[in-house]
Amino acid sequence: MKPLKVGNLTTIATVVVLVVTLFFQASRLMAAQAQTPRSGGELVFAVGGTPPSYDGHRETTFAMLHPVAPHYSTLLRFDPQNYPKIIGDVAESWGVSKDALTYTFKIRKGIKFHDGSELSSNDVKATYDKIVFPPAGVASARKASYDLVKKIETPDPLTVVFQLKHMSASFLANLASPWNFIYKAAILEKDPRWYEKNIMGTGPFTFVEYVAGSHWVGKKNSNYFMKGRPYLDGYKAVFIRDTAPRMAAIRSGQALIEFRGVNPAARDDIMKTLGNKGVVQESPWICNLTVTINNEKKPFDDPRVRRALSLGIDRRLGSTALSKISLSKFVGGVFRPGSQFAASDAELSKLVGFGKNIEAARKEAKRLLKEAGVPEGFSFTLKNRNVKEPYEMAGVYVIDQWRQIGLNVNHVQQEEGPYFNDLRQGNYDAGIDFACDFMDEPDLQLIKFLSSDKSSLNYARYKDSVLDDLYEKQSRETDPKLRLALLRQFEKRVLDEKAYQFHILWWQRIIPHWAKVKGWKITPSHYLNQDLAGVWLAE
Amino acid sequence: MRLYVLKRLLLMIPTLLGVAVVVFFVLRVLPGDIVELKYAGTGAYAPKEAMDRERAQLGLDQPLWKQFTTWIVGIPRLDFGTSMWTGQPISHEIAIRLELSIELALMATFVAVLISVPLGTLAAVKQDTWIDYCVRVFSIAGLAIPSFWLGIIIILAFVIYFHWLPPLIFTSFWVDPKENLLQLIWPALAVGYRYSAVATRMTRSTILEVLREDYIRTARAKGLWEQAVLIRHALKNALLPIITVIGLEFAFLVGGLVVTEQVFNLNGIGKLFVEAISQRDYTMVQSLVLLTSFVFIFVNFTTDLVNAWLDPRIRYQ
Repeated sequence: MKPLKVGNLTTIATVVVLVVTLFFQASRLMAAQAQTPRSGGELVFAVGGTPPSYDGHRETTFAMLHPVAPHYSTLLRFDPQNYPKIIGDVAESWGVSKDALTYTFKIRKGIKFHDGSELSSNDVKATYDKIVFPPAGVASARKASYDLVKKIETPDPLTVVFQLKHMSASFLANLASPWNFIYKAAILEKDPRWYEKNIMGTGPFTFVEYVAGSHWVGKKNSNYFMKGRPYLDGYKAVFIRDTAPRMAAIRSGQALIEFRGVNPAARDDIMKTLGNKGVVQESPWICNLTVTINNEKKPFDDPRVRRALSLGIDRRLGSTALSKISLSKFVGGVFRPGSQFAASDAELSKLVGFGKNIEAARKEAKRLLKEAGVPEGFSFTLKNRNVKEPYEMAGVYVIDQWRQIGLNVNHVQQEEGPYFNDLRQGNYDAGIDFACDFMDEPDLQLIKFLSSDKSSLNYARYKDSVLDDLYEKQSRETDPKLRLALLRQFEKRVLDEKAYQFHILWWQRIIPHWAKVKGWKITPSHYLNQDLAGVWLAE
Repeated sequence: MRLYVLKRLLLMIPTLLGVAVVVFFVLRVLPGDIVELKYAGTGAYAPKEAMDRERAQLGLDQPLWKQFTTWIVGIPRLDFGTSMWTGQPISHEIAIRLELSIELALMATFVAVLISVPLGTLAAVKQDTWIDYCVRVFSIAGLAIPSFWLGIIIILAFVIYFHWLPPLIFTSFWVDPKENLLQLIWPALAVGYRYSAVATRMTRSTILEVLREDYIRTARAKGLWEQAVLIRHALKNALLPIITVIGLEFAFLVGGLVVTEQVFNLNGIGKLFVEAISQRDYTMVQSLVLLTSFVFIFVNFTTDLVNAWLDPRIRYQ
C-alpha cells in the first residue's frame, strides 16, 4: 500500500471538516424547524370528568374548563408561557386610576364572535354584569370575588370601565380568571341561562359536537383575532372518568395528553411505554391537603391540642416519602411554596409544625397534650374522602405520625356526599380537606380560614374576628410589602398561635405527554392555559 | 293465555310505582346533596345564599310530595324531567347511551350462548371424561374470574404488547360496523365468558337429566342417530331452564355492567348510573332505576312467554 501524500491528507481533512460542519448546521436547522409551529392536525386529549353545564361563570370543575375554554376569550389572561404575568386577551390595554378605584380597559378592534358579529365593550359589560350582578335564577360561582365592583360602564364601543367600592390588591388578577368567558350581550339579554347549554364565543375554536359522556369536538376558528392562530385544525376531548383507562388511552396514543395531572407511578408507566416519544412537564400545584379540626369539640377546642397535632407531623419526611407515590410533595404554609406570597424557609420554620427538628417537635407535642389533659393513647377519628390518591395516602401518613406522639386515630373514609355532609354538620373530630385555586392570590387562598359564618369553605367551626379583619386589610392593601407583612401575621395566627386547621403538603403537578404536542407549557394551575391557541403538533 | 298476558302487563304498573316510591325516598335519605357536591367537591367557595339559590332552582326546597308528583306525572309521557347535574333532558341523556348498553348486552348474551350450549352439551354427552373435566374447569374459571378483571387484563395486554387500544368513542353499528365491533367485542367477550359459565353448568346438568329420560331411550331404541337424539329430543327439552337463566342474565346486563363500562370506558347506562349516584343527581337515578326495573320485568315476562311457546305443556290460567 502506497503511503499517503501530504496533499491527500489535506484533502481528506478538509472533507472531514466540511462534513462535520454540514452535519452540525443540518442539526441546528432541524432543531430550529422542530421548534417552528406547524399548522394542522387534531389534538386528542383525555379529560377525567364530564362538564355539568357549558357555562364558565357557573361551574367550578376542570372537567368543564378543559373542553370548553378553547371556544372563549377572556378580558385578561395569564401569559401561557410566563405565569403569573397578566396579559390582555380581548383587552388591548388598560389603566388604573391613582386612587385604584377605576379600571379602564381598551378592547381590541375587530374581534368576532363565531357567528360573525363583532365584539364590543357592551359584550364585556354584559358578561361581567352576569358574573357580578347575576339576575334571579342565574348562578355565579365566583360572584363573591367581585363584590367590590360598584358598577361597570361603557363610554364607547371599545372601552369598559370598572368602578370599585374600595381598593383591591387582586382585582386585576381576578379579571384574568379562566372562568370569565366573554359572552354575547344580545344573547344574554334574551336568555341569561342560554350559555348553560350552548356555545358562542370569540375563542380560537368553534363548537362542532358534544356527545354527553363521550367526547367534545372543536374546530379551528379561521376568524380568530390572533392572526396565525390557532395552529391546530381542531381538537377532541375524550371523557374518561377512571384513571386506568385514561392512562391506557395516553399510553396507546389514542389520547396525546391529559391536562390535569397524574401521580408519579402513572408518569413512570406512561414514560416506560412512550420512551423517547414522550416528555414530562412538572410544576408545583396550587392545590393542597389540610387537616381540618372540629374546634367546637373537646379536646380540640384547646389550642394546645391543635398545636400538638400540627407539631406531631413530620412534613419534611412526608414530602420525601409521599412525593414518590402521590401528588403530595411540597412543604408550605397558607401559600404555595415558591410563589410570591409564600413565607421563606426561615419564616416557615418558625411556625408550629413546620420546624426542622421533628424530635423536638414531638417532645413539645407530648408536653402540650399532657398539659391539656389529653391522656396517652387518646383515641379519635380522622374522616377522609374515599379517594386513594392523595387523600388516603395522606391520611395514613398523618395517622402514623400522630401514633408517634401517643394518639390512637381511626381512619374513616367516606364517599363524597356523606363526607361533606359530616364536615358541614360538625359530625367529625378531624378531617382531611383540600383546596385548589386558579392563581396564587391571598384573597383566594385565605378565604378558607375566615370565620365559619363568613366562609362556606371553612369546616373547622370557629370564629375569629382578628383573621377576618386581617383578611379585609390585606385584600385592600395595594403596597406589596405592607401586604406581605399582613399575610405573615395572618399565617402566624392561623397556623401557629391557633392552629385551627393546618396544611399537610402542597401538591405536585405532573403531565407526561406525547412529545409531538408542542406549545403548551405547564402552569401551577390546571385551570389555566387551556384555550389551546398556541398548541401545535410536531407530526 | 291472552288474559294471562294482560294480567302480567297490568301488574307491571304497581310494581314500577312501588320501585319509584322506594328509590325516591331512599335517595332523599342519603347524606349530601348535589349543590354541596358541586361546590365543595371542587373546593370552590360559594356563599350559603348562592347554594340555597341553586337548591331552589333545582326544586330541592319543595316539599317531598311535590317533588315526587312533579317527577312521576311525566313518566307516562316518557318525560323523565331534566338532569339536576347537567340540566339536559334525562330522556336525551339515556337515549345516547342506551344503544351501546343494549348492543353490549346482546353481544355478551350471544357470546354466552355460543360458548355455553355447545360446551354444556359436550360435557353432558362426554360425562366424566377428560372433555367433561376441561369444560367444568373452564366454566368454574368463568365463575371465579370477575369480568372487570378480565377486562383490565385484556386492555393491559393490548397496550403493553400491541400498543393498541379499542376505539374510545362509540360508533353505531349501522354507521360503521367494523369500528363498532372493534370497540365492543372485547367487553362482550369478557362479560360473555363470565355469563357463559353459569349457562354452561346449567346446560350440562339439564341435558344430563334429560338424557336419562325414557323417551330418549325409546328414540335410541328406534335406531335414531345419536346426533338426532341429542339435538331433536334432548336439547329441545333441556332448553327451558337454559332460556330462563340466559333471559335473567340479559336483563341484568342492561344497566348492570357498571364496572365493565368503567374499565373499557364505555359510555353506557351503567357508567351513567354510577356518576348520577355519586353526584346525587336524584332525577337521573330515579329514572335509571325505573328503566332497569322495567327492562328486568319485561325480559322476565318475555322469557315466560317464550317458555310457554316452546313447551305446549305449559298452560297459564
